Amino acid sequence: MADESIKEFEKLGQQFKDEEKILKVDFDKLKAGGFIKQRQKDLFTVRLKVPGGRLPIKKLRKIIEVASKYSGSDYVHVSFRQSIEISHVHIRDFDNLVKELKEADQEVASCGARVRVPTACSGCEYNPRGISDTQKFAQEVDKRYFGKPQHHKFKISFSGCPIDCARTRGMDLGFQGEVEPKWEEPSCIGCRLCAKVCPTTAIIADKDTGKPHYYPDRCIYCGQCIKVCPSDSWCVNRTGNCVRIGGKHGYIPREANTVAHLIPDERVFDVIDKTLEWYGNNGQKRERIGNTIDRMGISKYLEFMGDILKWT
Amino acid sequence: MDIDYNQTLDLTGVACPINFVKTKLKLEGMPKDEVLEVILDDGEPIMNVPKSVKEDGHKVLAIKPFGDRFKLYVKKQ
Repeated sequence: MADESIKEFEKLGQQFKDEEKILKVDFDKLKAGGFIKQRQKDLFTVRLKVPGGRLPIKKLRKIIEVASKYSGSDYVHVSFRQSIEISHVHIRDFDNLVKELKEADQEVASCGARVRVPTACSGCEYNPRGISDTQKFAQEVDKRYFGKPQHHKFKISFSGCPIDCARTRGMDLGFQGEVEPKWEEPSCIGCRLCAKVCPTTAIIADKDTGKPHYYPDRCIYCGQCIKVCPSDSWCVNRTGNCVRIGGKHGYIPREANTVAHLIPDERVFDVIDKTLEWYGNNGQKRERIGNTIDRMGISKYLEFMGDILKWT
Repeated sequence: MDIDYNQTLDLTGVACPINFVKTKLKLEGMPKDEVLEVILDDGEPIMNVPKSVKEDGHKVLAIKPFGDRFKLYVKKQ
């Protein structure tokens, strides 16, 4: 939420306090956002926190209950970043709404210049294409970084594989699962399926034997060769994460810079910590990290990150 | 090189995952070490069925182009 609207909001709240003496809104909490002013007077949209888009049924039940009670509409809105928004909520109901949602540990999300709720695909738990455990990352990022003030909004997302459903190219910081394949000749039956499935011609089947020639420079680490191989000749060499920085949507979109491949899981939080540190030191007020990178040069960022983004 | 097989199953026009289920049932009714030939469409079927059959514990012997389709040879385990 922009500073101006918070001020307006406080004024509005004060008015209610003065006039009705019944409103008990915790404005400090509201400043962390999640309450978005609507066109309609005194009505707000309440954005709920659903990290990684994973919503326990227990919480969903409570949301239905609370929305039915306090929303002036007969629907909820599913936002583009996996949250559920309850619209047409009157300012006088904020306090009760927040309290009742808390009974099911359902929290309100954030707006404004902060680390936002992380988004993620369903990851490797049950999605056959998933390489990385995006849900585990999303829940952990939510715990560690949610709501931390920044120069501007800061969106983090996790995609489980290079299909990139979580749109890491459009996020301030994105991680995408990758798997580096390796080929073992003895079990290969020369079926050519790996070459057929490879989306980037990183695998070419030998004209005579059908066995693969692998060109790592063209590999995007999607693991389709491993998935399709009927003889386990293609197997996992290692898994990791592609790191993307500085993407955004908005009036002037910017595609993220891909700055690393196959970064091990245990280094993901080092990358986030250090990136936020660089942004904190070098960013300007109301400037997205992508614009900081454009202003200073990506090399400045890479220099600062040092070995954390190195892979071999 | 031709491959000897004991039974054949034409799954032309059969979509995933029905094609895999039919292959699986056919193999269940066959004695160990017999070879099944399966005709599969290009696209999803040829990308999915061989791996699934393998994951069920059978041995994929070969995959051969067959016009615009494929022939899969599986040894029952």
